[in-house]
Amino acid sequence: MATAKPALAVWKFASCDGCQLSVLSLTDELLALADVVDVAYFLEASSAVHEGPYDLSLVEGSVTTPDDVERIHEVRRASRTLVTIGACATAGGIQALRNFADIDGFIDAVYAHPAYVSTLATSTPISEHVEVDFELRGCPVDRHQLLEVVSALLRGRRPSISPASVCMECKRSGAVCVMVAHGTPCLGPITHAGCGALCPAHLRGCYGCFGPAETAATGALAAWWQEILGVEHTDLLRALRTYNAGASEFASKGEQHVASGA
Amino acid sequence: MSHQVPRGERDLSVAALARVEGEGAMRLRVADGQVTGVELNIYEPPRFFEALLRGRRMHEPVDITARICGICPVAYQMSACAAVEDACGVEVSAPIRNLRRLIYCGEWIQSHALHIYLLHAPDFLGCESALVLARDHREVVERGLRLRKAGNELITAVGGRDSHPVNVRLGGFYRAPARARLEGLRALLDEALEDALATVRMTAAFDMPDLELAHTLVALSEPGEYPIDRGRLTSTAGLDAPVEAFSEHIVEEHVAHSTALHAQLEGAEQPYLVGPLARYALGREWLSPAAQAAAGEAGLPKVVRNPYQSIVVRAVEAVYAVEEALRLIDGYEEPDPPARTVMPRAGVGHGATEAPRGILYHRYELDDDGIITRATIVPPTSQNQRALEADLRDYASRHLHLDDDALRWRLEQAIRNYDPCISCATHFLDLTVERR
Repeated sequence: MATAKPALAVWKFASCDGCQLSVLSLTDELLALADVVDVAYFLEASSAVHEGPYDLSLVEGSVTTPDDVERIHEVRRASRTLVTIGACATAGGIQALRNFADIDGFIDAVYAHPAYVSTLATSTPISEHVEVDFELRGCPVDRHQLLEVVSALLRGRRPSISPASVCMECKRSGAVCVMVAHGTPCLGPITHAGCGALCPAHLRGCYGCFGPAETAATGALAAWWQEILGVEHTDLLRALRTYNAGASEFASKGEQHVASGA
Repeated sequence: MSHQVPRGERDLSVAALARVEGEGAMRLRVADGQVTGVELNIYEPPRFFEALLRGRRMHEPVDITARICGICPVAYQMSACAAVEDACGVEVSAPIRNLRRLIYCGEWIQSHALHIYLLHAPDFLGCESALVLARDHREVVERGLRLRKAGNELITAVGGRDSHPVNVRLGGFYRAPARARLEGLRALLDEALEDALATVRMTAAFDMPDLELAHTLVALSEPGEYPIDRGRLTSTAGLDAPVEAFSEHIVEEHVAHSTALHAQLEGAEQPYLVGPLARYALGREWLSPAAQAAAGEAGLPKVVRNPYQSIVVRAVEAVYAVEEALRLIDGYEEPDPPARTVMPRAGVGHGATEAPRGILYHRYELDDDGIITRATIVPPTSQNQRALEADLRDYASRHLHLDDDALRWRLEQAIRNYDPCISCATHFLDLTVERR
C-alpha cells in the first residue's frame, strides 16, 4: 500500500445504501479514484479493513440506535475530515418521521416482538452528535457533486457546491415553471439545488429531496401553496415531511402548521 | 483475526462481513464436530416504513418506499404502483406497462452487474475487492462497470435519475421519454449485450464449491414472458396462486436475532428461495434465444440447485435484460397520456414484482380518500433468510475439515450467493464461527 495516498473511509448508519452506492456508480471515475486514494474502509465494496486514522470519511445514514451514538464518535475521532453524504446523514432521512410520532406505536406496527428491537425514539443527523466538516445533500446525493466534494477536500480546497435553490437551477435550465404555468405545487423555491431541477423537467413539482436551500422562505411558499393553489394543510405538511423532515427549515414550518391548522 | 484457544477448542470471528448491502452478523456454532447453530443476525437499524406510511396519501409509496433500498428502488416503485393500482381497480395500458418493464430491465442490469463484479466475483477470484481485482485485471472490472453504467443510463433515460427515479408515478409516468432518447441508448445496449455474454463465460469458468440445495423455489410466472413486472405466485412444489393470496401462502415471523422478519411457506418445513435460481427454474423457457444459448454454453441444467452457481444465472439474466430492453425500445410507443388517472377508493391492493433479488410484495389498505391505513412490505431478503441459514448449516456440516479461514471464506461467499439486500430486509454481516 503506497503510503502517500490519502485514506478514504465510507461509513453506514441508518440508510438505504443509495448514497454510498453512488460511489460505485461513478462507473467512469471509480478506478481512477482508486488509483489516487487508499480505500481504507468501505465495507460495501471491500472486505479489506484498514485501521484509521482516515484522511476523509464519508458518512451515510442517520443515528437511530444507542450503539450508533457511540460509533459516530469513534468515526469522528478516527477522521481528519468528515463529510455527511445524503439526506439521512444530513437531516435524519425519511426515518426521522418517527420524531413526530410515538415510537412504540411504530415498533408495534412492524414487529410482533417489540422487545427484540433496540432503537432510539428519534432519527438524528450526524451533526447533532459530532462536528461535521461538510454536508452534502440529496436523497440520493448527486454523484458528480460527490466527486467534486471528494476531489476538493483531498486537495484541501472548499468544494464548489451551489447553495442556491432548485428554482434557480430550473430557471437557468430554461424549463417552464410548473407552479406558474400548470398550478402544480412545487418545493423548488425552498429546496437546495444539486439535482439539476429534475422534477420540473419531468413536469412534476419538486418534492424537496435535497432539503432546504439556504435562507429558504418556507412561510412564503406555504402561503402560496395554500392561498393560490388551494393545497390543504395536511398535504402541505406531508410535502414538508418526507426525506428531510428533520431539517429545521422544513420541520419548524411543519410544526407551525400543525399548531395553526389543526 | 483467528486465534487458537487452549484445549483444542477453536473460536473464530470476523468483525464484519463485507460486500453485501446492509448490516448484519452471522453466528455459526460447532461442538463435537457438529454444527449446533446458525443464525443470520440482521442488526440493520429498523426504519419503520410500514408504520410511517400510515396516514400518507396513496400516491406517496412510489417515492417513499424507493428509499428502502438504494440498489433496487425501481422494484419498490413498481410493486408500490401495482398494489395501489390494484386497490383502485386500475389497469395500465400496454405502452405504460412496457415502459415500466423497460426501466425495470435497467435495474436488473445495473444491480446484477454490481453484484457479480463488485460484490461477488472477488470471492471466486480470491481477492478482497473489485478494486484489488482491477490492479491485475483492469479490463474485467471495466467491463463490469460498463455493464452497470448501461443499466444506470437506461434507468436515467426513463426515470430521470438512476437512483430513486423521479419520473415514476401511480398510473404510469410523469413524462413519457422521447423515442429518440431511448433509441440513443441502442449502441450502449449493443455493447452491454457483448459484455453480458462475456460475463456468462467468465462466471461459468469460476471454480464452484459443491452444494446441492433442496429448497422450494418460488417465483412469479406469466405465460409468454420471463417474470419481471408481474405474474402469478408459483413454485417448484406446485404452488400456483394469484398475488392477492400471498399472505395465505407466505407467513412472516419475528425472531430474536434479526430486525428482518423471516418468511416461510405456510405449512411447509422446507425453506423456500426467491430470486434468480427460482426465476430460472420456473421461467427458463421464456428467456430470449441468446440468453438460453448462453445458459446452454455455460452448462447450466434446467434447474440449478447449487446456489454458488447463482452468479452464472444472474449473468444469464443480465443477457436477457439487455435483449429485452432492446426489444422494448424497438417496439416503443410513447404512452399518451403518460399515466392513467387513478381515483381513490377504499379497499385493499396487492402488488408483487421480481426485484433483482426476488419477489417483492406490497399490500396497502386505503380509505375513501386514498389515505393509507395499513401497509405491508415483504422484501426478498427476508424470504431468503431461512434458506440462507440452511445453506450455511449444510455447507459447514460437510466442510468442517476446512481450516477457519477457508471455511469462513466459503460461508461468506454462500451468503453473497443470495445477493442479500439487508437494508431491504429491514446492516454488516459479522461472521462468527465458534468451535468447541
